[in-house]
Amino acid sequence: MRLTRRDAIAVLAGLGVVGGGAVAVDQFDPPTAESGEMGETGDSGGDGSVSTTVTATMTAAAEVVYPSQTEGVSDFVETYVVGRARDESRRDAMRDAALELDDIARDWYGDDFADLSADDRDSLLRELGVAAADPVADGNVSERIRFHVVNELLYAFYASPTGGRLVGIENPIGHAGGTASYQRATMSKDDVERVGHVERVERAGDSEDVDGSVTDE
Amino acid sequence: MSNPAQTDRTPVEDADVCIVGAGPAGGIVAHRLAESGATVAVLEAGPRFDGDRQDQLEQHLRPGLDDPWDMGGPRDEFTSSGDSFYPLNAARVKGVGGSTLHWQGMVMRLHERDFELDSRHGVGADWPISYDDLRPFYAEAERELGVAGAMDNPYAPPREEPHPLPAFPPSHSDSIFAEACERLGIDMHSVPNARNSEPYDGRSPCVGYGTCKPVCPSGAKYTAESHIEKAESAGARVIDRARVRRLEHDSTGERVVAATYTTPDGETHRQTADQFVLGCGGVENVRLLLLSESGQYPDGLANSSGLVGRYFMDHLFAGMGGRLDRPTRQNHVGFNTSETHQFYDDAEPVNGLKLEFLNYAGPSPVIDALHADTWGDDLLAQLKANYGTHVAMGALVEQLPDEDNYVTIDPETTDDLGDPVPAVHWSIGDQTKAALERANEIQRTVLEELGADVEWAVGPDNTGPAFHHMGTTRMGDDPESSVVNAECRTHDLENLWIAGSSVFPTGGAMNPTLTIAALAVRLAQSVKQRVRN
Repeated sequence: MRLTRRDAIAVLAGLGVVGGGAVAVDQFDPPTAESGEMGETGDSGGDGSVSTTVTATMTAAAEVVYPSQTEGVSDFVETYVVGRARDESRRDAMRDAALELDDIARDWYGDDFADLSADDRDSLLRELGVAAADPVADGNVSERIRFHVVNELLYAFYASPTGGRLVGIENPIGHAGGTASYQRATMSKDDVERVGHVERVERAGDSEDVDGSVTDE
Repeated sequence: MSNPAQTDRTPVEDADVCIVGAGPAGGIVAHRLAESGATVAVLEAGPRFDGDRQDQLEQHLRPGLDDPWDMGGPRDEFTSSGDSFYPLNAARVKGVGGSTLHWQGMVMRLHERDFELDSRHGVGADWPISYDDLRPFYAEAERELGVAGAMDNPYAPPREEPHPLPAFPPSHSDSIFAEACERLGIDMHSVPNARNSEPYDGRSPCVGYGTCKPVCPSGAKYTAESHIEKAESAGARVIDRARVRRLEHDSTGERVVAATYTTPDGETHRQTADQFVLGCGGVENVRLLLLSESGQYPDGLANSSGLVGRYFMDHLFAGMGGRLDRPTRQNHVGFNTSETHQFYDDAEPVNGLKLEFLNYAGPSPVIDALHADTWGDDLLAQLKANYGTHVAMGALVEQLPDEDNYVTIDPETTDDLGDPVPAVHWSIGDQTKAALERANEIQRTVLEELGADVEWAVGPDNTGPAFHHMGTTRMGDDPESSVVNAECRTHDLENLWIAGSSVFPTGGAMNPTLTIAALAVRLAQSVKQRVRN
């Protein structure tokens, strides 16, 4: 199951992030240290861009919180995070939470969060209490990481048509997917195809003939 | 949201009409009167929510964010007593658009029997007007709100023309219910929705965000913001964050002369006018009248009957749901497409009862994910297990008027301006509970016919209100047993009018906003005549 930049743009559109860089995919390339846009802590100027550190940390977190069969995580997260960063307050809070997570990774595991193995990233988040934490935008560190990192990423994934399809709903709440899907008995063949071969391979091991339908589960 | 520094909140000079409240009742009256050339001032306690509606969408979906419509806090303090707690601040919105900002958007006409419940069944009260009196205004109201509906309901009262917009087609979930309902002899039909099934009145058709209640980011769902906008285009002046605290009357006690209101800068102003219309809901209408007590009216304004605040009613929710062994395709949209009014006019129980087939049964994966205590493959497995096979039915049940259910003010508790807060005293009687049981009985029959494993039920023991505040300034011909007359003008003051569901003598079991709108259209006609005179 492959996420695309288009999926991220669809979620951003649902959140009111439209126009300008949010919809022009080629403008989502993050700034680099060489471009001089990164500050000392890896944050950026006020143009809505974000640092490679933040996008790398968010992508590394997404690789843990998204289902393992997900492909295209890096492009998807980068697009989403840069789009979200158009809201300055959201950008600053997300940056602070990601950098905080990175600091903790170095303290506890001796490396940047993005450079840890997936198992270590998962363990770190759980040891930090993020799984059980309430999402609180200005709460303690676990609550902030839950809100600005984990829930930000989960929202992007499951409010996207592709993320929704994986669960069996091609028009998840928050996505303006029209008024046709609610009338249909199953996802369209095209929607089923987009869920990807991984899903079908999993079912091929079942004794039933599932015929590729993800809604038969 | 509006910035308090950006708006002139001083009174309108030489106003013909002052309207308190910018919800659907106030908005429709304001538009109609402004269009007729009257000088109109609208005073709204809450703000304008003119930013991106997507902000409210995110606030609704993501745990940890504030209420999308900023309800609660010192401005909105209240107290609740009686057998049942009343969650008032979940039940209303203060702002330009009023509670239509967060409403579901279901708009049915009351049935003929709702206007003559006492005559027909010896319970409740008769309205001083009949369905036939209101019928043309219902048609106008449907055009005002942009109702998408079909003439496929054999139990609906007579109507003269189709709805302005075609109904939304039934859902796949409806088709599953239809199998069982056909076997049981239960007729399903479409739901009239104040939601664009195609472009209407400058607003988008529904694009399927799935978050109708409490926010429609596309603007497909009607909110009274559209009438306020039209009223302003026609010359009305709308002052937001203007909290009306008192109505002043003249020395004769026959006319209201001013509404005093406080703005965010702490200033208090007097809005004078020739006519005054209250449209601030079944709770705040009462509070304002009671806060306006005077030497001449020690029990509050328009309260010579002693009934201001009495007969508070709401609709009660009954529901039941479970799971099937097949996909049901829930939570694609946030509104319903089928219901049945087949049991509405039954005499046993006498309470009105309407049944809904829900399109949002069970959890939404995205909301589930944001509350989960895991992620990755574990979360995906959990979401797949939780989503896809739910079905559910809802119902609204009528609560008959009872003088012992009431809204008053609590002198012991004050808001941030020092004014006594509204106090809701509310209980659910045995007759209503019996009607809730009946609703559950029908729901269980349908779900069992479907072969569903019933997992939950909301009935007499755990019901809650549908957030429809009715009955507290009831309409009637006799000044001793009602607050307003058939024109919705108060018996006591010749230039004070009340718009909204607080004038309903009975509430039926239909969502009230279409009737609110029809009465507002009718009231505007009466006020217009007075202004001309």
